[in-house]
Amino acid sequence: MEPINKIKSVITPLNQKNVDTDQIISKEFLKRIERTGFGQYLFYHWRFDAEGNPLCDFILNDKRYKQSTILVAHENFGCGSSREHAPWSILDYGFRVVIAPSFADIFYNNCMKNGILPIKLEIGEVETLLQKEVYSVEVNLEDQTLTGTDGVVYSFEIDPYQKKMLLNGWDEISLTIQYEEQISAYEQKVKA
Amino acid sequence: MAKTIIEKIWEQHIVHEEAGKPDLLYIDLHLLHEVTSPQAFEGLRLNNRKVRRPDLCYATMDHNVPTRNREQIKDLIARKQINTLQENCEEFGIPLANMDHPDQGIVHIIGPELGLTQPGKTIVCGDSHTSTHGAFGAIAFGIGTSEVEHVLSTQTLWQAKPKTMEIKVTGKLGFGVAAKDIILAIISKFGIDMGTGYIVEYTGEAIRNLTMEERMTICNMSIEAGARAGLISPDKTTVNFLKGREHVPTGEAFEKEAARWLALATDEGATYDKTVEISADEIEPFVTWGTNPSMGSGITNQVPFKQDFSEASDQQAHEKALAYMGLEEGMALTDIEIQHVFIGSCTNARLSDLRTAASVVEGNKVHPTVQAIVVPGSQTVKKQAEEEGLDKIFLDAGFEWRESGCSMCLAMNDDVVPAGERCASTSNRNFEGRQGAGSRTHLMSPAMAAAAAIEGHLVDIRTFQLVNA
Ligand code: SF4
Repeated sequence: MEPINKIKSVITPLNQKNVDTDQIISKEFLKRIERTGFGQYLFYHWRFDAEGNPLCDFILNDKRYKQSTILVAHENFGCGSSREHAPWSILDYGFRVVIAPSFADIFYNNCMKNGILPIKLEIGEVETLLQKEVYSVEVNLEDQTLTGTDGVVYSFEIDPYQKKMLLNGWDEISLTIQYEEQISAYEQKVKA
Repeated sequence: MAKTIIEKIWEQHIVHEEAGKPDLLYIDLHLLHEVTSPQAFEGLRLNNRKVRRPDLCYATMDHNVPTRNREQIKDLIARKQINTLQENCEEFGIPLANMDHPDQGIVHIIGPELGLTQPGKTIVCGDSHTSTHGAFGAIAFGIGTSEVEHVLSTQTLWQAKPKTMEIKVTGKLGFGVAAKDIILAIISKFGIDMGTGYIVEYTGEAIRNLTMEERMTICNMSIEAGARAGLISPDKTTVNFLKGREHVPTGEAFEKEAARWLALATDEGATYDKTVEISADEIEPFVTWGTNPSMGSGITNQVPFKQDFSEASDQQAHEKALAYMGLEEGMALTDIEIQHVFIGSCTNARLSDLRTAASVVEGNKVHPTVQAIVVPGSQTVKKQAEEEGLDKIFLDAGFEWRESGCSMCLAMNDDVVPAGERCASTSNRNFEGRQGAGSRTHLMSPAMAAAAAIEGHLVDIRTFQLVNA
């Protein structure tokens, strides 16, 4: 996966809580056997009407946010299914960072495996960001900060191991294979 | 020191631990299905990797499969996904119950049925309802496709030790109240993210009194409360259920295993990071009115008012949900008319669910404005139900009787609720569009869904049974 450290972009405010993975990527688009090409289907039923015309009041259809690589949403983002098609569609659409007060566990993990940085901020901080219009920030993973163009700095926590994975864009399987001896030893022990 | 079952299983599966890193956990059973696995197998091929332990994997086809006219899958992309799983299993030597196999069914139904699911195991599947298997006292959780690839390749996962939560259900269930009502009541009371970051153990008298099938219904929906895994300490009920199943040892080996299983139960005096309690006596038959599983209420209530919620974000969510569901604040839940009934899914499509629904349906007719289908959870459930004549009861009443699969639970195949129409469903998710774009889902128990099929609107099963007794 692609390493991630500094990301500068206008933020896309999606002011909704409990955004579930069925909304992020609807089931009719889960039949592909590739990892790519899901961006066009991101939030499909919120972005388009039944005839496939863009719904202009949905934030992703607002031209001002077209180039955005940072998505901000309310609590419990990514709840529901384990489908990794959800982060695939977010990444393929162009987002590299998702900010929310809280995330569902499986979704959070899935982001990490795909080079998407999920940032947890305090609820009040997120609400402030959600109120902003065309507001740009710079995310710095190394420093664990987010700096607005107005100079406001937010800091965030992240597990040190996951941070290292993201900064280096490491492939986890290659790392785990280095533990082959322990895995075999475990299997021997269990068999005994 | 007194330990919870969660700590015991976790500790037994640590392959490697080191400060500043998650634990490397061994995985005992890896279940696979057609939707979340193709990219994982492709990843293995691209990197020239093998499946480390095909003997610890088991695959089936459930999400995409048609529930009638199976000979010809018209959807070409779905067919490709199904064929891909077949080819991947052949290439990597993974046992597979394909569409024509007598053991085919929803992955979370067949694992326990075949005895693959056992106490003390770590179980994963690229599916969030893997929590179902926790009913046996296993740590079972859903993973993404990258993790599927990781497990295929290494039979392990890096996992940070989760916090533990006890959900204690005291007291006894009242007449007409089912396991589904317990879990819906829990989610509605504590919220859909109460379990985020936790593994939950369900305890208490009401849980102990449940059958294995009912326990599976509860653990299945742990993820709807945000918990990746939810489990129940094994007891005699667990051991009796497993005895004689295909993948379970026999004779002396079974006795030894059974003793080991029972010893896994949470020790007296063990503590959890958090404990919450709910009384079974208070729980009514439940239905959801909104667009997530916490938006539910006892059937004797009304659709809530906006003012019932204090937080602005909840008021906004309530408003959005009612607009989507086409409901008015304050209307009686029993006045909600439905056009579809779905009895199925990994939550409620086991034999006992079908028996309960059939007992409600027997001698009645499906309401003329309702289309109702029964989709058994597996081919085994279907066969057993047919041996008991349940299929006849459903068919006589005007239900359709289908082949097994996920079907209308997520509507990836042809079983779709049309836009604007309403479905009484025994499944687990009522998200926007879950059963088809624009569809409206009301979650409930099999008995409640069966009664709704007869009456054409949501009903209180207790009144229904008194009237029809
Ligand atoms: S029945 Fe529904 S919830 Fe269960 S595995 Fe299938 S799609 Fe998922």
